[in-house]
Amino acid sequence: MHVELRGITKCFGALRANDAISFSVPPSTIQGILGENGAGKSTLMKILSGFYFPDSGDILLDGKKVKISAPADAIRHGIGMLHQDPLDFPPLKVIDDFILGKKGGMLPKRRAAIKDFKELAARFDFSIDPDSYVDTLTVGERQQLEILRLLWLGAQVLILDEPTTGISLPQKEKLFATLKKLAAEGMTILFVSHKLEDVEALCDRAAVLRQGKLIGTMDPPFDTKALVEMMFGKEMPQEPKAQLSAGLTVLNAKHVDLDGIRIQIKGLDLEVRAGEVIGLAGMEGSGQTLFLSACAGLAQPVGGAFCLDEEEKDMTGHTYLEYRKRGVADLPAARLEQALIPGLSLTEHFILSEEMRGLFIDRKKSEELAKRRISLYNIKGRPDSSVESLSGGNQQRALLALMRDPLKLILVEHPTRGLDIESTIYIWGKLKERCARGTAIVFISSDLDEILKYSDRVLVFFAGKVTPPLDANSLSVERLGALIGGKDWDTLETEAAHA
Amino acid sequence: MRDTRSTRILFQIGAIIFALFITTIVLFAANAQPFAAYKYIALGAVGSWDVISNVLVSWVPLLLATSGLLVTFTVGLWNIGIEGQITLGAIFTTWAMRLLETSGWNPTLILVIAMAAGMLGGTLWALLAGALKTFGGVNEIFGGLGLNFVATALNIWLIFGPWKRPGVASMSGTLPFDRSLWMPIAAGSSRLTPATIVIAIVGILAVYAMIEGTYFGLKLKAVGKNPKSAYILGIPTWQHMMLSFAICGVFAGLAGGVQVTAVYHRLIPSISSGYGYLGLMVAMLVGYRASIAAPVALFFAALNVGSIQLPIILKLDSSLAGVLQGTLVLFVILGQGVRAKLLKKSKVTP
Repeated sequence: MHVELRGITKCFGALRANDAISFSVPPSTIQGILGENGAGKSTLMKILSGFYFPDSGDILLDGKKVKISAPADAIRHGIGMLHQDPLDFPPLKVIDDFILGKKGGMLPKRRAAIKDFKELAARFDFSIDPDSYVDTLTVGERQQLEILRLLWLGAQVLILDEPTTGISLPQKEKLFATLKKLAAEGMTILFVSHKLEDVEALCDRAAVLRQGKLIGTMDPPFDTKALVEMMFGKEMPQEPKAQLSAGLTVLNAKHVDLDGIRIQIKGLDLEVRAGEVIGLAGMEGSGQTLFLSACAGLAQPVGGAFCLDEEEKDMTGHTYLEYRKRGVADLPAARLEQALIPGLSLTEHFILSEEMRGLFIDRKKSEELAKRRISLYNIKGRPDSSVESLSGGNQQRALLALMRDPLKLILVEHPTRGLDIESTIYIWGKLKERCARGTAIVFISSDLDEILKYSDRVLVFFAGKVTPPLDANSLSVERLGALIGGKDWDTLETEAAHA
Repeated sequence: MRDTRSTRILFQIGAIIFALFITTIVLFAANAQPFAAYKYIALGAVGSWDVISNVLVSWVPLLLATSGLLVTFTVGLWNIGIEGQITLGAIFTTWAMRLLETSGWNPTLILVIAMAAGMLGGTLWALLAGALKTFGGVNEIFGGLGLNFVATALNIWLIFGPWKRPGVASMSGTLPFDRSLWMPIAAGSSRLTPATIVIAIVGILAVYAMIEGTYFGLKLKAVGKNPKSAYILGIPTWQHMMLSFAICGVFAGLAGGVQVTAVYHRLIPSISSGYGYLGLMVAMLVGYRASIAAPVALFFAALNVGSIQLPIILKLDSSLAGVLQGTLVLFVILGQGVRAKLLKKSKVTP
């Protein structure tokens, strides 16, 4: 089926997630769609598969304009989407999951469906028992089940969102073989990924999105350097950072093994010293969030140890509250979900963050405290403003204002995501002030410029693999982009020896 | 639409009108004169000093249960197991009374010990529900409901087994205590016990002060509104949940103790009288604000007592009070939902 998108625009509040995107994909094509986190890939695919409705723009299938207002509509038009986390029903039997989306009749025709399922599975050499339960399957097998289900429902366009995350190498090879076979049979395939090597290995062409816009397209042979530049933008000149004298050790991660839901990290070593800033780069879900929560005691390592302070206090097995007592602060990315309490005022937040003495709250004193902090951190809000009424930038300022003083280590997830330039500069100014007083900062960002500009050292995460700490001064956006996309990892070993 | 005090009050008045409307329809369907019914309920609640004192007798355990529930609601828990906690409070109180009734101690001392035992019983039962939630991953609604059944079964077993009346066990409960061990009754009244009213008022004031004025109350609010963020801010989450269960258990146990020492003077099968469930309704109706819990609980108690007149005079079932209370809560909550939706809408399209 020929898929054409014309001027698709979708806004979420002030954010233009998709900005007048147009491109078309002929049948028998595997179209790669590249872009960093937040580039608008998933939004675009969700529009095509009926999860979102575009603000403007048209979808044309085989030249005919169609209106897709629900996922059921999409599959009726022959568009099926395989989500990053398979949207299946773990407590059900494979065959019941398979039948669920099928229309027709009160009673499912299970026997006929089993026959169809076995035939389809045999065609692609998948071995899934229709009577087993979905939750006993691996992620790769669940993808296979979804592909079979969508094909059975008559999909002629298959959208895959980051399908190679969390599956094994043989499963990936099988998936690619299946997709090539399907394309050869006339299927249109849209393959969304941030992994350059996957796109290069599989796709007949690639389109790159950045900040909601279609930046360009490319046919093979792919030029990795050009793709990276399209994904992350041109390099900005960096001002050289002052060389840091090595401070005392604040946190020592010793050969840490971590087990996430879909990601494993093995043998990570990192020594964080007072006053330095360490940036964690990588696509979302590559393991950096897992590592950061482990640094705060919010996730426990399965191997190795975390030690705090120069006296090497072993914190393995201790909870976040004990890390917090020793001067570790955590600033999560989801401000209203994980860091602030909607419904409580700024004053109430400041009371909670302070050392509480006595039984009753001294309202007058706490309001004075709130006023002081509000003016000190330049928060646009009143002491009695509820935190959810503040803008994102002011919420982030409030989070900084809530941090205790002094601190040994601040862990920040996406410190400036969604903030305007003014807030960004302000927030980093405040963070750097802390560094000057000896606090170490470890932060996650998907903004490469931010990583390079503010970090002293950088760790890159890719599918659970972690680079040794890299000196930010000698890194370029291009190099970092390649590492994030899983390229150039083999040359790291030799470099690390020199560092 | 703007979010102001007046729109909030307007919606609540609307909810009351709707609830009366639905109840009126129910009355018509039952072939009854609605206005006569309302009149007799009103008279039955405030018509004489005697019925007023009955309302107060009913108000005390209801307000105690509501006070406890305000604490668990603040921390975001649905302590539906409060019925069982009241029952266990009653059982522990009865137990202490039975142990001490022949001791010859000062009756006041015995009553104090018995009430303390009731608080202990309620607390233990509440902590059990809390432990099931914290350590067993059992939702407090299911755990509480299950424990309610266990509490009822235990109660019936005691009444028909170890604590049965000499000779024959009876649904009317255990043998009443000696008059000297009754909670002192006010002069000129048949049932009113001033001490319990003082307990209830002190209780709700303490809860109000705790939630609105103390660090502990603020922490409870924080955990209730967002446990994840509260934890990041350094508040031990599950410990606060357990504590709020324990506090609610104290109040539930007190309610059970009052039922035994001041109302029935013995243990009866339905000792909790549904005050736990009614307390849930009151707490929801007041939007979890302690400041207006006392008058609303008084109103519900008045409805309960007033509707006793219905079967006597109009030959109607007394469950009408339940209908009125239920629809009232339903419409107030519905009104809050509709209001929130309208507010959201007017925010998107200014």
